[in-house]
Parts: sequence; structure tokens; C-alpha cells
Amino acid sequence: MSVLVFVEDPADELAAQALTFARGMDGDVTAFTISGDYAPAAWGQTLADLVGARSPRAVLAAGTERGNEVLAHAAAILDLPLSANTISFAPGSPPTVTRVRWGGSLLEQALLHGSTLLLTVAPHAVAADDGATVEAELVASSQHALAVAPTKRVGATSGGVSLEEAKVVVAGGRGVGSAEGFAIIEQLAELLGGAVGCSRAVTSAGWRPHTDQVGQTGTKVSPDIYIACGISGATQHMAGCKGAKKLLAINADGEASIFAHADYGVLGDLHEIVPAIAAEIRKARGA
Amino acid sequence: MHICVCVKRVPLTGGRITLTDDQRALSTKHLGFTVSPHEECGVEEAVQIVEREGGSVTVLTLGPAESEEQLRDMMAIGADRATHLVTDGEEWDPQATAAAIVAAMRADEQAPDLILFGNESADAGNYQVAIRVAHALGMPSVTGVKKISFESGSAICEQEVAGGSDVYEVSLPAVVSVKEGINLPRYPSVPGRLRAKRKPLQASSPERPAAQLEMVRLVLPPDSGKEVQVLGTGAEAAPAVVAVLAELGVL
Repeated sequence: MSVLVFVEDPADELAAQALTFARGMDGDVTAFTISGDYAPAAWGQTLADLVGARSPRAVLAAGTERGNEVLAHAAAILDLPLSANTISFAPGSPPTVTRVRWGGSLLEQALLHGSTLLLTVAPHAVAADDGATVEAELVASSQHALAVAPTKRVGATSGGVSLEEAKVVVAGGRGVGSAEGFAIIEQLAELLGGAVGCSRAVTSAGWRPHTDQVGQTGTKVSPDIYIACGISGATQHMAGCKGAKKLLAINADGEASIFAHADYGVLGDLHEIVPAIAAEIRKARGA
Repeated sequence: MHICVCVKRVPLTGGRITLTDDQRALSTKHLGFTVSPHEECGVEEAVQIVEREGGSVTVLTLGPAESEEQLRDMMAIGADRATHLVTDGEEWDPQATAAAIVAAMRADEQAPDLILFGNESADAGNYQVAIRVAHALGMPSVTGVKKISFESGSAICEQEVAGGSDVYEVSLPAVVSVKEGINLPRYPSVPGRLRAKRKPLQASSPERPAAQLEMVRLVLPPDSGKEVQVLGTGAEAAPAVVAVLAELGVL
């Protein structure tokens, strides 16, 4: 079957993954990019026009913010269903898709109807083919009466280690107890050249800004190690830190669900343990 | 300015999700319910805009009879009235959801200047209802917004992107989906809760069309299979932790 893959940036790893996913659908796959500046409704119209002109069986994109947005516009214009953040596809009439819910804590199997199948591929649902380069055809953008485009970019992020890219994240949860309690979390993060994270309970309490929040509705992180201090391990939080290579949980409650996701655990009061780890690091470095 | 905010009732999942026997829903016997986080921020934003600029806030949901609890919660933090599209508890797919919302908006004599959504619902996460509603109503839309201001009939919306924020200007009426972090939603006060009980709620029961994204069953992802290695208890565990950090090369 013929499959079109919309690619925003051919150099992006997630674009390569979407292409690999498309090849897995036994597709005759064509990748394309759209010329000009980002304008979601116009780009959605571009996809709709390609569907009209080429009658592909399916149109795919990576499940990024923009991939999901452009395909949603195309789906709205074509009045077709869209399976967002899909992790697998099984042919059939209609085919069955498996897609991500709850930020990855749950999966859904669904029948995807429609003359043209529209789907986005969840990040890291498949590994990109080795050495695959994305060769994308350049398509001119269509016009759409409702199209809006960004007029400018503001507020470049300030200095310091970005949470999203940090190799070490030291995160605190409700167990930290107060805004002031985060001093020890900050000290450990600084010692390790890492970033401070927190759970949703913490931002809801106003102890930390939302920019520090790791979770389904916060930042998704992928450090070498994630040190979760006083975090219970709610699905909302785990959706943000499941990309960590290793997870160390420090918690007074041995029954906390965070331990089901952890590689390493320390039981006890984080207010004693975190400063003790910081002191031990200084000692190790001083020696 | 009249603002309509679309919200969804979702369970508070806690640490572990369990499914019903038919595998088509979450087992919610022991769970509380809330409004999806992004949407709760949408209601807070609407209330703040109206406090500043005047107008009114309608909160709309499509969901089972029990969703009235969430509509009252949102009226307790300042929404003026509610529209409840009552379902029998079966899930509606994104196209059907958008169509029902569009029909309700068209039937409402008070046409909104701004329709707010959450960027995606906490449970289904389909990322599309806002955009479908915008197209059906012929309104421009912006998603993932973390700051809104107004200037001569337009909404200035900042969308968070890697390395900053993209600024969109859309003429009203418009559809905007927001993300948590745009504000910190207030807690309902006791007088707010009492007032919410008396605020107008309009309910209707639309017919559910056949699903085009037809959920068959829910599946729990495979267990991580991780076995936690306990490094110790209390401050005495510090040397073992530092040894692990050294081993991982992050020291």
C-alpha cells in the first residue's frame, strides 16, 4: 500500500522512526516535507490536498507536538479519524492500531476506520532502521483561510542545565515537605551538574515553578540517572521520567509504587539521606 | 468577552492502573475523579481573563451523569454556568466528541469569543478535538499555549517550543488549547462551592454516532520487569549511593 510520511525535519531521529514504522506497514513509502514557515492549518490543508491528488492508503507523521497538530488539521479538513501516538499497526479491514494513553501508562487497541488511514507514531515506539537517512520530497504549502503562523519567537531559555537535556536529574516530591526543603535537592543537583525536577504535587502546592515539573503534563526527561526523593510514583509522574536510563528512589515508604519502577532504592528520611549523599560526594572528591 | 472552556472528567489514577473485567475502562471503584490538568488551567485562565476584562465563563463537558461533580467544581472556582452533554458512560471518539461540542455551541444563543481546551486529555490523549471544533466553526486555532493576552480583537498566544516561545496572533473568535503551567489554578473556597450549587447547568443527551476510531480494549503495558536493588536504609546508605553514581559515570 502507498504510505505518505510527513516529516518536519529529515534530520530528526523521530522522523526516521516514523519512516521505519511506515516501512513496517509493508508500505510503498514516500517521505515529504512542506516548504515555508510553519503554519499548522495550511500544512494540514497540504496533507489533505496530497490525499486528494495521490490517494495514499495512509498518511503518517511522528507524534511530536507539530506532527500531532498538522495531522489533526488534516483529519479535521478530511473528516477522517486520526490515531495519535500509535505504537503498532496490524492490517485488517479495518486495521487495528495500538496507541498510547495516560502518557504511556496504558495502551489502547482500536479499529481505525477511514478511506485514508491517518496516524502519528509515538516517540520511541520503534527503533529507527540503522543508517537510514530520510530522503524527503519537498512539497509546496497549500493555503487555508484559517491558517495562522507564528509572528516571532521570544524568551530564549535562560542559562543553567536544562531539565530536558540534563544527564542527572534530582527530583523532589511531596515528601520534601516545603519550598525551603528543596535547598538540599538543589545542592545535590548542583554537585552532580544536574537539574532539579519535581512532581505535580509540588507545583500544585506552589513550592516550585511549573518549569521544574516532570510528568505527563510537565517535562519529559531522559537522564542517565533520575534521583526521585520523596516521590510516590504516580502514573502522572512516571510518564515524565520513564525515559531515564536508571532510577534511584529515596523514600520513607517501602510500599511506595516508585520502587516498582526503580533500579536502586534507599529507604528512609530524604532530609537525612540527601545531605549525607552530598557529603559523601564531597568526601570522595576531596580524597 | 464570553469564554467557553471544554473539560473532561478523568479518574485520579495514583500509582497503579487496574482495568475492569471487560478491559474497556479503568477500574475506578477506589478512585476519585478530577478535570484533566491542562483543562483545569483553562478554566482558571478564563476566570482570570473575565475578572480582568469582564464577560462570562461557560464550562462544557461531554461525559456521564457523574461529570456534574466536575462542572460544579469548575463553577466553584469561578465559571458562571455549565453545559453538560450527558452520555451513558460509553466513551466517544474524538470526531463524535467534537461534533457534539460544535452542535452545542451552535445551539447556544451566547456565541463564545474564545473557546478554550486543554492541549490533550489526561486519559485518551487524542490531541485533536480542539482543532476539529475550530475547523467546524470556521475559527482559527492555536495549541499548546502557555500565555494569552488580548489586543484590539486578537488573542496573542505564546506556545512553548524548544528554545523559547512562538507567538501567534489570532483574531477572535478563536479556539485555543492551553497547557498546565499557564497559571496555578486556585482551590475552590467554601462560599465558592455554595455559589456553584445554585449556578445554572443546562443538560442534554446527544446521540452517539458510530466510532471511527473504535476502541476495542485497553491493555496494560508490559511490566518494566525491574527488580529494585536496595542500597540501604537512612544516611548509612550514602557510600553505596555514591558507588552507584561513580559506576554510572555521573560523579
